[in-house]
Amino acid sequence: MDKAVLELRGVRKVYPISRGMFAKPASLVAVDGVDLTIRRGETLALVGESGSGKTTIARMLLGLLAPTAGQILVDGEVLDASRRRAMARRIQPIFQDPYSSLNPRKTVSQIVALPLVVHGIGTPEERRARVAEMLDVVGLARRHADAYPNQMSGGQRQRVAIARALVMRPDVVICDEPTSALDVSVQAQILNLLVTLRREFGLTYLFISHNLAVVEHLADRVAVMYLGRLVEQADRASLFAHPRHAYTRALLASVLTPEPGLGVPDPGLGGSFPNPISPPPGCSFHPRCTLAAERCRIEVPQPTGTPGGTVSCHFPLEQGSAP
Amino acid sequence: MTDHLLEVRDLHVDIPLGHSTLHAVRGIDFHVDRGELVCLVGESGCGKSLTSLALMGLLPSRARRRAAALRFAGAELTTLPERRMADLRGNRMAMIFQEPMTSLNPAYTIGNQLTEALSRHRKVTAAQARDRAVHLLERVGITAAASRLGQYPHQLSGGLRQRVMIAMALMCGPELIIADEPTTALDVTIQAQILHLLRELQQEFGMAVVLITHDLGVVARVADRVAVMYAGEIVETGPVASLFAAPSHPYTRGLLACIPVPGRTRPGEMLGSIPGIVPSLTGRLEGCAFRNRCGEARDACAGPVPWRQGLAGQAVRCVGAA
Repeated sequence: MDKAVLELRGVRKVYPISRGMFAKPASLVAVDGVDLTIRRGETLALVGESGSGKTTIARMLLGLLAPTAGQILVDGEVLDASRRRAMARRIQPIFQDPYSSLNPRKTVSQIVALPLVVHGIGTPEERRARVAEMLDVVGLARRHADAYPNQMSGGQRQRVAIARALVMRPDVVICDEPTSALDVSVQAQILNLLVTLRREFGLTYLFISHNLAVVEHLADRVAVMYLGRLVEQADRASLFAHPRHAYTRALLASVLTPEPGLGVPDPGLGGSFPNPISPPPGCSFHPRCTLAAERCRIEVPQPTGTPGGTVSCHFPLEQGSAP
Repeated sequence: MTDHLLEVRDLHVDIPLGHSTLHAVRGIDFHVDRGELVCLVGESGCGKSLTSLALMGLLPSRARRRAAALRFAGAELTTLPERRMADLRGNRMAMIFQEPMTSLNPAYTIGNQLTEALSRHRKVTAAQARDRAVHLLERVGITAAASRLGQYPHQLSGGLRQRVMIAMALMCGPELIIADEPTTALDVTIQAQILHLLRELQQEFGMAVVLITHDLGVVARVADRVAVMYAGEIVETGPVASLFAAPSHPYTRGLLACIPVPGRTRPGEMLGSIPGIVPSLTGRLEGCAFRNRCGEARDACAGPVPWRQGLAGQAVRCVGAA
């Protein structure tokens, strides 16, 4: 097994929610005791619905948020405020919306060079050369170097964002829904680019997505989150062939592949999406789960080993009960 | 005289910009029969949303609409006075929008907004309107329906809001529903639930639905017929099964090759892609708009592009298609 490059140990993040001037503030547990390992060179996909805590994890890994409890380790060393700058060189983000993640008043070359400037790397001459090289790598023409983001299409902007992430030669790239704001034809170009770059630079990806078809295409391992908890993780083949958690099964059943005649699947979940401020006791998925029993309402399930990974469920699906 | 519920012929939508005109929809023809679900599919900027707004008479005021015919249930919409149009809208034709948060009024309760159209179009008492609202909220799968009437949109989740939108569209028992990306803003499990519901209701009430989407997966699973749009035109149309089995337009084929499909595309392998970008729709555009991105383009593509009829009701607008 390859070495862990990133590790989350019992990570928890709580946001205080103001409820007006006189009410006691509530707290929202966005991430609740997550243990997760990302190995060097692999692509780990983090999937789940909005509000499941995916983006909060990404922001903690980038050092933009501090965990309320638990530890984040980079190459076995604890990530804390004093190391954040050094770590930022090695972990770089690509965000969802290339329309809002690029400064509209800077040129493409200024945007791509900014991480180098911030970290004081190279002379202006060297920086220019490195930016030009990066634009080549992501498939942008030299003439784009002096363009502004609003002169570019969505796909081109996302290429700029990728160039900005790679100019630091990071080990890990955190891709937060990198293609969900893009059209299908452009999405394919960007996915192809991410696959090529992974090979070329030996990158490790944490790939956050709600599109299971894209995840199947790109990921080596998949971690499924629900309401701040990790409910299942496994290698791609096991997870797609034999989901063990009922939520994973529902997610997979909801993928609408372009195959006519199959109709719209009914994922078999109740419509009552729980309030994240007061999540259900026990297994937080139980109100929507068809297999829920008394125990699920009381006791929080702990992760147990499966052939491909772990599952947190009192009554995991047997192997062979495909979606 | 045809008996299509909706018939659109040579629809154009032009948007004047300072010095030029953006030809956003450039002469499209299609029809929808009663009880049929037709999808308009295409990428951003192809004119699909403007088409839906043009049908409802809800275009922004500076946009100009013209058409050879825009017939709905026997009425010609292009010449219909605005007052008569207002009688149809929300009554016999209703719309479901993409973003339920922005299309519901945050200052009014769910109950208020649900009963508004019914009270406007039908002679009903407040109690009757309320009963119908509760009945439809239950039908779209909302629990504790009666207590929801007093709630405001921000108190509901995205999935629930979209269910409220659907119930609202159903209030007057419309013959046609136009749904513009109704599930795009929702999570995948909720998307499947909402589409499932929409298809079920459409069949139960025998409504016609025009569903606008960019997602070919949605099209394949819900549509009876599909029209593929590119740069303001329909480039291919047909029954969903035959169109997906044998896509004839290079753009349709390109789009389908772009999508990873578990079990069909190999993980990590290069996906198909369409090189280049969409042409500008300002000024005059001659010939096939896709030709500068098309691998099969030839000289004739710069000239007029004929419609070619295929088997099983498929039709394609391409010089090269056999």
